[in-house]
Amino acid sequence: MSLKEKMVSSFLAFELDTDINTSVHEIRSKSIKDFEKIGFPGKKNEYWKYTPINKVLNDKLTIFKKKRHLIEFDKVKDFFLSGIESYKIVFIDGAYDPLWSNTSHDGVDICILSSIIENKKYENLIKKHYNTIVDKNESFSLLNSSFSKEGAFIHIPKSMELDKPIEIIHINSGGESSLMLQPRNLIILEKNSKAQILESHYSLVGKNDKSPYTYPGFIDPLTNTLTEIHVKENANLDYYKIQNDLETTSLIDNTYINQKRDSEVSCHTFSFGGNIVRNNLNFFQNGQNINSIMKGITILGGNQHTDHHTLVHHANPNCESYQEYKGIYNGNSTGVFNGRVLVDKIAQKINAFQQNNNLLVGDKASVNTKPQLEIFADDVKCSHGCTIGQLDDSAMFYLKTRGISEHEAKGLLTYAFANNVLENVKMQALKNKIKKIIANKIGVNLGFEL
Amino acid sequence: MAYTEEELKKELEQQEYQYGFTTKIESETFPVGLNKDIVRKISEKKNEPKWMTDWRLSAFEAWEKMEEPEWSNVNYKKPKFQDISYYSAPKTKAKYDSLDEVDPELLKTFDKLGISIDEQKKLAGVAVDIVMDSVSVATTFKETLSKKGIIFCSISEAIQEHPDLVKKYLGTVIPKKDNFYSALNSAVFSDGSFCYIPKGVKCPMELSTYFRINQAGTGQFERTLVIADEGSYVSYLEGCTAPSRDENQLHAAVVELIALDDAEIKYSTVQNWYPGNKQGKGGVFNFVTKRGLCHENSKISWTQVETGSAVTWKYPSCILKGNNSVGEFYSIAVTNNYQQADTGTKMIHLGKNTKSTIISKGISAGKSQNSYRGLVRIGNNAENARNFSQCDSLLMGNNCGAHTFPYIEAKNKTAQIEHEATTSKIGEDQIFYCNQRGIDTEKAIALIVNGFSKEVLNKLPMEFAVEAQKLLEISLEGSVG
Repeated sequence: MSLKEKMVSSFLAFELDTDINTSVHEIRSKSIKDFEKIGFPGKKNEYWKYTPINKVLNDKLTIFKKKRHLIEFDKVKDFFLSGIESYKIVFIDGAYDPLWSNTSHDGVDICILSSIIENKKYENLIKKHYNTIVDKNESFSLLNSSFSKEGAFIHIPKSMELDKPIEIIHINSGGESSLMLQPRNLIILEKNSKAQILESHYSLVGKNDKSPYTYPGFIDPLTNTLTEIHVKENANLDYYKIQNDLETTSLIDNTYINQKRDSEVSCHTFSFGGNIVRNNLNFFQNGQNINSIMKGITILGGNQHTDHHTLVHHANPNCESYQEYKGIYNGNSTGVFNGRVLVDKIAQKINAFQQNNNLLVGDKASVNTKPQLEIFADDVKCSHGCTIGQLDDSAMFYLKTRGISEHEAKGLLTYAFANNVLENVKMQALKNKIKKIIANKIGVNLGFEL
Repeated sequence: MAYTEEELKKELEQQEYQYGFTTKIESETFPVGLNKDIVRKISEKKNEPKWMTDWRLSAFEAWEKMEEPEWSNVNYKKPKFQDISYYSAPKTKAKYDSLDEVDPELLKTFDKLGISIDEQKKLAGVAVDIVMDSVSVATTFKETLSKKGIIFCSISEAIQEHPDLVKKYLGTVIPKKDNFYSALNSAVFSDGSFCYIPKGVKCPMELSTYFRINQAGTGQFERTLVIADEGSYVSYLEGCTAPSRDENQLHAAVVELIALDDAEIKYSTVQNWYPGNKQGKGGVFNFVTKRGLCHENSKISWTQVETGSAVTWKYPSCILKGNNSVGEFYSIAVTNNYQQADTGTKMIHLGKNTKSTIISKGISAGKSQNSYRGLVRIGNNAENARNFSQCDSLLMGNNCGAHTFPYIEAKNKTAQIEHEATTSKIGEDQIFYCNQRGIDTEKAIALIVNGFSKEVLNKLPMEFAVEAQKLLEISLEGSVG
């Protein structure tokens, strides 16, 4: 049985264990039917041209978890932000973990999706927002819509500036082979509100690790996550993603962001690992004076593969979008960037900027990039730039003449290359954390504060 | 009265195609349809040797199994391949030794096209091979060239007289099974130009081919093969026009360039096929495969000015196989009314220290769609490869579209690639600046468009640059002074 058939037939068993009298379940039933029609992306699918996703779509993958696995806090404490207070929503193998979480219903909803879906009080809110901006022709989004039950639910009311950042942490215990996780987040920011959110995915054990769970033939879990974000008039959201997973686990991330007039959303993606990581980041601008910012740093090594697909749909006049992705590729790693800017006929006075810079370091590393513009309005300013290159020899020489070793000079320049993306991170604790990861990745100690 | 962009837009839309006449020349046309017999008949008609007939037949067999590609960003009604006549030749055609023998009707055609063969012969010093309805009708300056050992003739002549060269190189850069249209062309091509520059020879004049579709209901399938032997240099020009007709005509040509060690080929195209009327009816489908192969230290440079065709779909490419080879692509594509263009280039870097430059300028007006699609690929072994690409689009009016699809694939860590693209309209501040200095709006737009295209126009040979500028004028009249 192929994985597609298996997924479709799993749905019946899935229904047995699910409350089917909700509006969400209608969406699930429809999604699985649509998924059955399209299936997984084929080899010739242009959208997946540079990412061999079939490699990780193992027939043995299953959506059913056998049992709960316990984790010691020591193993995961590094995943949390240190030094600041925050709201936390923690999931282990897709299930909510109340022990380490810190949620709230006090004037603001920071909780889990499953409790909301079944609660009549939230019925209208769910109907208005759930699955309304998700691409109905994208295989993995459909699959997530079919099977997802759990994830973060965040609802920030009108005119509230959230006091602390929110951390959404998905941990994979690695206690089971061939698990396919379908986490789903729904985030709503009402008018004039403001929030900072950090989403991260981690795995504790992969097939290359020694652990009581792993055995020959162990298949690493695949996470297929979907996040829907509604940002209302004049609201402001800073969204950060850290993808620093094991070298053998894979992640498919679909994020849909719907923005209303005068709002601003910035989304930073920090990709430092994973077997195959695919990010589909979609922005829809439904109103004027909207600003959408996408930034990313990707540092890979080994046989890792990261793919950033972005889409900004400018459907209204007087908006802006800004994209800046930096990639550093060591070893045999491969990077993909496909940025797409779509400007509708009525969307005049658009200012869209797209930039992708890549450093090729490894002998076998490769980069495929496709910054794409589709423009139907005439009074616009759209540009994109893309470079692939190496560190500047003269800069290296300059540093070496000042007594800095080659290794350190390389590290400093690489860090400088990535730095202007890091500069825009507004959360100091997060900045420190990422700086530490980067220093670790490039193997130098950066003796300065940011 | 001040000239506004509104007026310019109107003028653009009303612009008529000035090459839209037909010439009453009797021609011999095959019945419509395509099958093995037609392929054989074409080959027979051309008196071709058996290897050529077999080559065509194998291409036809491959074509039959292929499907028409659909990935491009253009919409059109697919041509019905069985409703096209695959061979049409001016009937009065014979071997001409001098121009006096050429049908006067035909000469008039060329006068209308603005290529007075005589005049060009004397003044410009350009050797011209004219292909009308797929058959080469006149080649000028043959003798002067042959003294230098340069072979410049129609491809059917080359098949007869230089079979070794043709056999050795035909289909080596673009295999007959390369794509749907190249396979079709390989099966049915009726004529085209052939050019061979011997070792170390610098061709003393520009070589030029003029293509014209005259007969209704025919497709034009010509084949061009240019070989520059070691250390040689040639500059080659290509121009095209077609009469105005309500139906769509198909043009599926194949151009192969081979630059051996240290050679240089400069290939310029001014494409002005009939673009259809302003309702988008009629016009030529221009589905062309063009590719060049660079050996060591060689250079191939493509320059194109695309103003015509209802649908243009072509990517002149360079395979930089030899070390230190250089590929260049300079393009202006102008689309108006309902024209659609999906054009760009491919630069495949295989050798060490290879370099490529891509400059592409798109201007869209009316309801047209203009896309740049390009590929830059750096292979595993292409150490120190260098690429610079720039594609800029200018939009006039809010019913048109400009799109960019650049593919960049780097597999070598020493590669250096830069790509930049911009899309904008003519800036109000730029026009204001000109107005302030006493330049009226029409002139200002002209200046800006001219400046926008200058980088590419500069790359054209002198004689062509003038013509290209004239063409830009016609396509965007009122905007170019």
